[in-house]
This record gives sequence, structure tokens and C-alpha cells, in this order.
Amino acid sequence: MALTADDVKKIAYLARLGIHEQDVTAYANDLSGILALMTQMGATDTDGIVPMAHPMDQSQRLRADEVTEKDARNRFQAIAPQVEEGLYLVPKVIE
Amino acid sequence: METSQEHEHPQWEVVIGLEIHAQLATKSKIFSGAATAYGASPNTQACAVDLGLPGVLPVLNEEAVRMAVKFGMAIEAEIAPYSVFARKNYFYPDLPKGYQISQFELPIVGNGHMDINVDGSSKRVGITRAHLEEDAGKSLHEDFHGLTGIDLNRAGTPLLEIVSEPDMRSAKEAVAYMRKLHNLVRWIGICDGNMQEGSFRCDANVSVRPRGQQAFGTRAEIKNINSFKFVEKAINHEVDRQIQLIESGGKIVQETRLYDSVKDETRSMRSKEEANDYRYFPDPDLLPVSVSDEFKAHIKALLPELPDTRKLRFNEQYQLDTENADILTASRSLADYFETLVKESSCEAKMCANWMTGDLIAALNKANLEITESPITSQRLAGLLQRINDNTISGKIAKQVFEGMWHSTATADEIITEKGLKQITDTGAIEAVIDQIIADNSKQVEQYRDGNEKVFAFFVGQVMKAMQGKANPGEVNKILKTKLK
Amino acid sequence: MHNKSINQLAKSLRAGEFSSVELTQSFLARIKQHQALNCFITVTENVALENAQRADAKIANGDTGLLTGIPIAQKDIFCTQGIKTTCGSKMLDNFIAPYDATIVTQLNEAGAVMLGKLNMDEFAMGSSNETSFYGAVKNPWQTDSVPGGSSGGSAAAVAARLSVCATGTDTGGSIRQPAAHCGITGLKPTYGRVSRYGMIAYASSLDQGGPMARSAEDAAILLQAMAGFDNKDSTSVDRPVPDYQAGLANSIEGLKIGLPKEFFGEGLSASVGAIIEKAVEEYRKMGAVIKEISMPNLKLAIPAYYVIAPAECSANLSRFDGVRFGYRCETPKDLTDLYTRSRGEGFGKEVKRRILMGTYALSAGYYDAYYIKAQKIRRLISEDFKKALADVDVIMGPVTPSTAFGIGEKIGNPIEMYLSDIYTIAINLAGLPAMSIPAGFAEGKPVGLQVIGNYFTEDRLLNIAHQYQQATDWHQQIPKGFE
Repeated sequence: MALTADDVKKIAYLARLGIHEQDVTAYANDLSGILALMTQMGATDTDGIVPMAHPMDQSQRLRADEVTEKDARNRFQAIAPQVEEGLYLVPKVIE
Repeated sequence: METSQEHEHPQWEVVIGLEIHAQLATKSKIFSGAATAYGASPNTQACAVDLGLPGVLPVLNEEAVRMAVKFGMAIEAEIAPYSVFARKNYFYPDLPKGYQISQFELPIVGNGHMDINVDGSSKRVGITRAHLEEDAGKSLHEDFHGLTGIDLNRAGTPLLEIVSEPDMRSAKEAVAYMRKLHNLVRWIGICDGNMQEGSFRCDANVSVRPRGQQAFGTRAEIKNINSFKFVEKAINHEVDRQIQLIESGGKIVQETRLYDSVKDETRSMRSKEEANDYRYFPDPDLLPVSVSDEFKAHIKALLPELPDTRKLRFNEQYQLDTENADILTASRSLADYFETLVKESSCEAKMCANWMTGDLIAALNKANLEITESPITSQRLAGLLQRINDNTISGKIAKQVFEGMWHSTATADEIITEKGLKQITDTGAIEAVIDQIIADNSKQVEQYRDGNEKVFAFFVGQVMKAMQGKANPGEVNKILKTKLK
Repeated sequence: MHNKSINQLAKSLRAGEFSSVELTQSFLARIKQHQALNCFITVTENVALENAQRADAKIANGDTGLLTGIPIAQKDIFCTQGIKTTCGSKMLDNFIAPYDATIVTQLNEAGAVMLGKLNMDEFAMGSSNETSFYGAVKNPWQTDSVPGGSSGGSAAAVAARLSVCATGTDTGGSIRQPAAHCGITGLKPTYGRVSRYGMIAYASSLDQGGPMARSAEDAAILLQAMAGFDNKDSTSVDRPVPDYQAGLANSIEGLKIGLPKEFFGEGLSASVGAIIEKAVEEYRKMGAVIKEISMPNLKLAIPAYYVIAPAECSANLSRFDGVRFGYRCETPKDLTDLYTRSRGEGFGKEVKRRILMGTYALSAGYYDAYYIKAQKIRRLISEDFKKALADVDVIMGPVTPSTAFGIGEKIGNPIEMYLSDIYTIAINLAGLPAMSIPAGFAEGKPVGLQVIGNYFTEDRLLNIAHQYQQATDWHQQIPKGFE
């Protein structure tokens, strides 16, 4: 299955990934090539096989409900691109 | 305040399903050890995990799981032996990781139900599922030079999303369901139910269909409804909008709409709807959550008597009428207050119930207080009721004592003594007053003896007035009757 | 002194032959001298010297920790508090980590001296170290060749004696393949053995940190400090950590080795194949029993991996959005612009390719055909291993189909690059431990032997590798110019 330039743009938007117009075709070609590789899987019968999401056959460990973290806002916001009055700033969010 | 209006739509049937987000009352977040307390300074309760810093990992809070299971049991639902956390992918500045950890294919709570009561008839509402997820942060739109400020304190707060079947047929039913659920989550202690702080929020899926039609109409999802009143108004508004649109030849589109409580209208949020592809997949940082039979048994043992069961018991054990039983099981604190009152006062349950549903609740409502904040505790109120019961004071005087207790910390006895409100049962004292009144009112005595029984009340009134209401009414009646013969 | 093993160095430090500060200075000087290899993104000279001083004081006070005062280097995927942590990406070029990864804390506590942060493929996505924002690392054996990836900086630094040992991470071969290409010993532990907390995620169900060293013995010592349960990582396994040095000297007489015929078929270069056969022969001489086995689903490992890893990475990398840390584009005109440009400008080509691939595989309508299918294949592959390892103790084969390729040779052809991981990827899908051991040279470049074991048999793997290294000296070869 081959991806078109439009497909690539659509996926790129879903992933909020800026891609230069001149690179779109190259990505379409690369991805189509990778997808061709994927088609090898189709030949194997996997009916009734339980999908394996994780290599560990264990269940989730639970944490006691305790507050263990202290305020470290200054440390965390020292590396932030833009903050004011303790808030992270972003371009206006329109609902 | 204008009340919501439910228009008659004889040809249309309304179909409503609710998605309710209840913030779980844990101390720490669902996947981190940061505090969940409300109202902290921005981003001071957002730790590395909540901020989604590179390299951090989530670890699940046991209490959140326990609370979800508790809820599942309270609605007689299936509890999944294995449930799975999934990532719901979308970009939004209040969502630090670019995905929300939620449950999708395998939620922790499956099929359950809740019975609601509307206009005297009972109805069962199905609950499709309830799943655990993390809350997002908050966007603050005050002007930061035209920018939006992001506070991530709320990010990672545990939520239980409770999804109903599309079983409700009116806004009234929806509100009844929501209220009942609101009571239940507080009753079992998993949510504080504070709607102003957003601890209990509701999205409503609303559609209409011609009566008799099987297939559902196209639905709209109304987001952001944060009070019972607004749920009713938003749904009624949306129903009217849909019917008008269809009747004028238009077509409903499936979309998300935002309720604006100021303008009392819903408006489309199409911007957020476009390209909605959440790409759910199992979160590889978390393993399947297993709930063993042992874990369930442990929680079951801790589950309090539930509202419906308690209401039935109130009916039977205390012979309360449905209305009183309803009111007194509207919250667990009310029900507890009532039972303590009955026990402590040794008075008739009916009397206790009447005092609570009458004077106490009226006073609380007037002062805008919850039962838990009542200035008069059940022990103090019991002290008052005991004095009515043993004829120390009359019911009328009791209201005066109640008033005194509301504004002080004094006991009923202290107030009765201090103000000299003790009822006079000394027949000698009463007789003396009656004799004097008979002597002073010979005309009325004649009328009574001529057969005008109505005059009797006049004498009672005169005696009570002379004795400042403290005479025992039974004694007064008895003596008056003898003396007037 | 830069050729000594950890045990030898520990002895020398305690004997007062030289101090940790002197040892550290000597490595810092070598790092400077061989800057052209481009192994380090950040050299933490001050931190290293402080660590070394502290270590010297501890040794003077009778500290007996083997790693106390030993210079090591961290792959730049591990968060180091107060120190730039880039993950090889422009996205994190300005990122001073505000916390330490668990293994960083563990190694600090063990008294190790951190020389700096090592170059790597961007976000660990690559097999040649060429996708790094900081440029390609050169293979010390042949500087126009790649060192492998993604832990290319780690492998090259250890091979060139710029650090005693180093940490690496392995998602589809990222420890083993560069170890093979650089002629060092690398171990990818069982998934869950080493904490992932503070290790910047590429594909969470596959990522695993591990040691990269000059010998199995050194790797055992480094793994000892890295392994263990971490309550900050839900996928960390709460299970005792054995003494990895204790069993190194054990005999391997009677060891059952399985050779999957799928590892020796088409695609394997003749010269590499011959070296692997020789290495296996060496084991036979040591008393091992060799058995041919078959793992029919191995060929599907690459397609399954290139669905699963990109899918996970597409979500893992969403947090890099220019809001709370990392790169933010200049003057974003609105929110979408902030996201698309920050991410578009901050990520390199290979990272973008994988994010796109993963986003596509998870999107509506394709999820079942790609993601679920890949998960099922993952199960089949895992079952193949289970079956094989019920029958033999370890599986052996090549790490790579050929020796290190030239810089620039494959970077333009992503698929060809992906196929070079054919022998390593399946192990990550199954979550098993595996090693790369130097086994000889072809065309003047090192060749690695891969040894795959059952879950939590790192001690056995190290023993098997150590025994080979007692019988051979491939691991002691030093690239020319780095003696």
C-alpha cells in the first residue's frame, strides 16, 4: 500500500509535525517502502493469537496513596521556554 | 432565578445518556506522589511525572483502584479481573504528555445500574462502564499579553468516568440520575462531590427521535456542565434546538457542543472535533491491572450500607414515609445524623424525622450549610427532643430553645434553665391562674355554659398568655374543663 | 592505566598506585585528544573531578566498592540533574535535566566518576549514530565507518579507551550492534531488570538499559550497579539481583547451544558467518553441545518491530511540544504553529519518519491491520524463543549481518538500515537478555557473537562470555592509535 503526499500531510497534522513541502514526497516514498515491508506480516495466519502488548507476563504494581513529592516549581520552570506568575505560557487557546 | 423550562413535545422522544467525571478523593495523584489538594498556587503540585518530563514513568495509586472497585460494587457492576490502561492521543496545552492515560477497551468497571425515582415512579438506568483516567490541567485565559497560562496542578488527578446507557427520557430524569450518582459517590467516600471545584462534572449525550421509532437520532454531546441546574437547562435547550432544526427541515450533525450558562445556549465546538483520531493503544509503561477475588472481598467488607438499602430500612425500621426516608437518605451524613438522633434522644423516630426535615433542614438551607456543618449536632438536638418528650417544655417553646441553640453552644437544658422556659405542671399554680381568669371573664363563662364550645379556646389562650406559654397544655385543658362545668 | 580492567583499577586505586583524580585526568585528556571521534556530546570535567576527589576520600576511608573512583560515561539518554541531557536531539539541546535517572543515582552511589554524556542516534532511533543532531561518531577501528547505533558514542568511547565502561540502551539492538561493530562487550538485560526511570523513552515496551564494557567481567560489575528493582518504574521487576561476578569462573561443560538456521541464511556475509562458526567451534571445544534449531517467525521481527516501536514512539515523543521544556520555535503565531514548528524544527528526519509511521499505524482504520497484527506476531516470535529455550540453554548467532558499514553508506536508505538489525530486534520483542561478545575481525573490523539467554539469566550469559574471553583475546584487541 502506497501513501500519497496528502496522506503524509494528514498524518503529520495529527502528529503536529511540521514538514517542509519539498520533503513530503520523500516521506511518502519512505513510508510506502516501510509499509511494503509490513505486508510480510499479512502472510502469517494469526487467527486466535492473543496480541502481546508487553514482554512481561505480570500485573500492575500499585503504589500506596501517599504524597511524596514536594513543590519544585522553580527548578522545573527554570528550563521552561516561557513562564509568568508560575504559569506556562502558550499562544492563546481558542475553545 | 429563572427556572428551566421543559417544553411539551408530544411527537418527540428525548434520549439522554450521561458521562460523569468524578474526581477521586485520593491524597496523591493517580500516577504520581504529588498532592491533589485544590487551590494551590499554580504548578506547585505538578511534579516531574505530572509535567511529563522526559524519562518519567507512571505508577498506579492503589487507592484509586480501590475506589473504582468500590463504586463498581455499589452499582452492582461487573469488576474486570484484568483492566488495561491506554493512551488517548491528542495535543492540548493542558495535556502535558500529549496523551491522556485512560482506559479504553478494558475498563475496570463493566455493566451496572442505578434506580432513579421521578414523579413517584421508579426507573432503572443502565451504567455501561466506569473507567479510571487522569485529569488534565487548566488553561487560564486571563490576559498574559494575549497568551494563555497553563496550570498543571490538576493534571494527573484521578478521575472515574461513569458512562450511562442512553436510558433517560427527559432532563428531569437526567438530573435525578446525576443527583443520585452524586449522592452515591459521596456516600461511599470516593469523591467530595464539589461541583464548583470541578470534582463532579457532566457531559450529556442528547438526541431526539419521533415517538415510536426504534433507531436513535443523531446525538450531540454537550460538554462542560457543572451544576444540576445547568444540566437541566442545557438539555432542555438542546432538545428544543434539535426539534426546531429537524422540524424546519434541517439535519442534526454529530458534534460536541459547549453549554454557555451565561447565555443559556449550547454552541458548536467543531474546531475541537475535526480530525478527532485519538489513536488509543495500551500504555506500555503500565501493566494490566488485576483485581483479585480477595481484593474484591476486602472492599466489599468495607462498603457501607448503600442509600437504597438504608432508605428501605428507614421505611421499615422507623416507619418513615417515603418522603422523609428520601430526604434523610439524601446523604450519608444526614442518615447518620438521623440515626444518632433517634438513638441518643430515645424519642419516636417520626418525631426525630419531623424535627430534621422541618426545623433543622430549613435552618441549614437558610444558612446555606451542609448537615456536616450544622451548628447543632445530633447529640445537642437529642437533648432538646428529650425535653419535649418528658414534658419539660412544649413543642412551641422547643422552637425557641432551638433558635437559642443555633446561635450558641449551650445545651437545651442550659437554655431552658437560663431563660426559665421550664413548663409549669404544678396544678396548684395553674388552678390559681384559671380561677382568676374565670372570675374576670364571667360573660365568656356564661357563653360556654350555654353551649358555645368555641369559647374554650379563648380560656386556653388567656391561661397560656398569663403563664407565658409555660403551662402544660394537657393540664390546662383538664383543669379548665373541670372548672367550667 | 586506561587498559586495565575494573578489578585491576580498583586494586590499583586501593594500593595507591594512582588516585582516582589522576585516573580521571588521564581519561579526560584522552577524550580531548580523540575529540575527532565525536563520542561525547558533553564532557563533564568539573563533575568528574569532584566525583574523583570524593572517591579518593572514600577509598582513603576504606571504601571497598569496585566502582568507586572508576571513570564511566553515560549515554545521553539518561537524565542527569543539572547537566545537559540531549538524547542526541536539537529538541533537547537546551535541556538541563532537573532530576537524575535511577541508574544515574545508582552509579553515583556506587562511587563511579562520570566523565560525560555520550553521543547517540537521535532519541535512540538509528543503527549508525548518524541521526544524532551532534553529528556521526566515528568507529575507532576504521574512522570512515559507523560505530553502530544507537549507543554508538558509548561503544566507540569504550573501544577507544576514552572511558572504562559506559551505559547504553537497547530497543532493537542499540547496545549489541554498536558493541559488535566496535569490538566491545555489551549486554542487553531482561526487560524489567534495569530501571527505565529517567531514561528518555523511545519504545517503552522494548527499551532496556545495560552495560557496555571491554570484557564480560567489567560488564558484570557495571550491571551489578545498574540492575535492581525501582518502585518508580511499573515495569521494573521486584526480584533479587544475583552476584554477577560470582559465577563467571563456572565451567560451561555440557552447555546446550542452539543455532537457529534462520540466523545463518541469506543476508549474512560470508566473512561474518565464518567468524561466528569459529566462535561456536570454540565453545564446542570448551564442552558445549551444539544443536541446530529453527525459529520460523524470526523473519517477521523487523516488520513487527517497525510497527510497534514507531507506534509507541509516536506517543512517547508527543511531550516534546515546546511548552514546558526543550526547543520552542521563534514567535509562534498560534497554538498549532507552536506545536508543528517546534516539533518540525526540533526533530530530525529519522525521528519524524518514525513518528509518522507510528501515527499512521495507530490511526483509525489501520490499527487492527498494523498494530494488533504486529502484537500477534510479537506473541508468535516470543513463543518461538520459549520453545527453543526449553530445549537449549542459550541461542547463538551473529549480532549483525556484516561488519560496520561506511559513514553515509546507508543513511539515505532507511529500509536497508532497518534490515541491518535483523538479528537483534526479535530479542527485544520477546524481552530476553542477550549479549554481544567480540569474536574476531573481518575486513579489519570487529565481529560480534550474539548469545541469547532465557529471562533473568544475565549471570549465565556473563559466565558464558567470560569463559570465551578466557580462551580468546579478541576482546583485548585495541584499535590502532588508541593503545
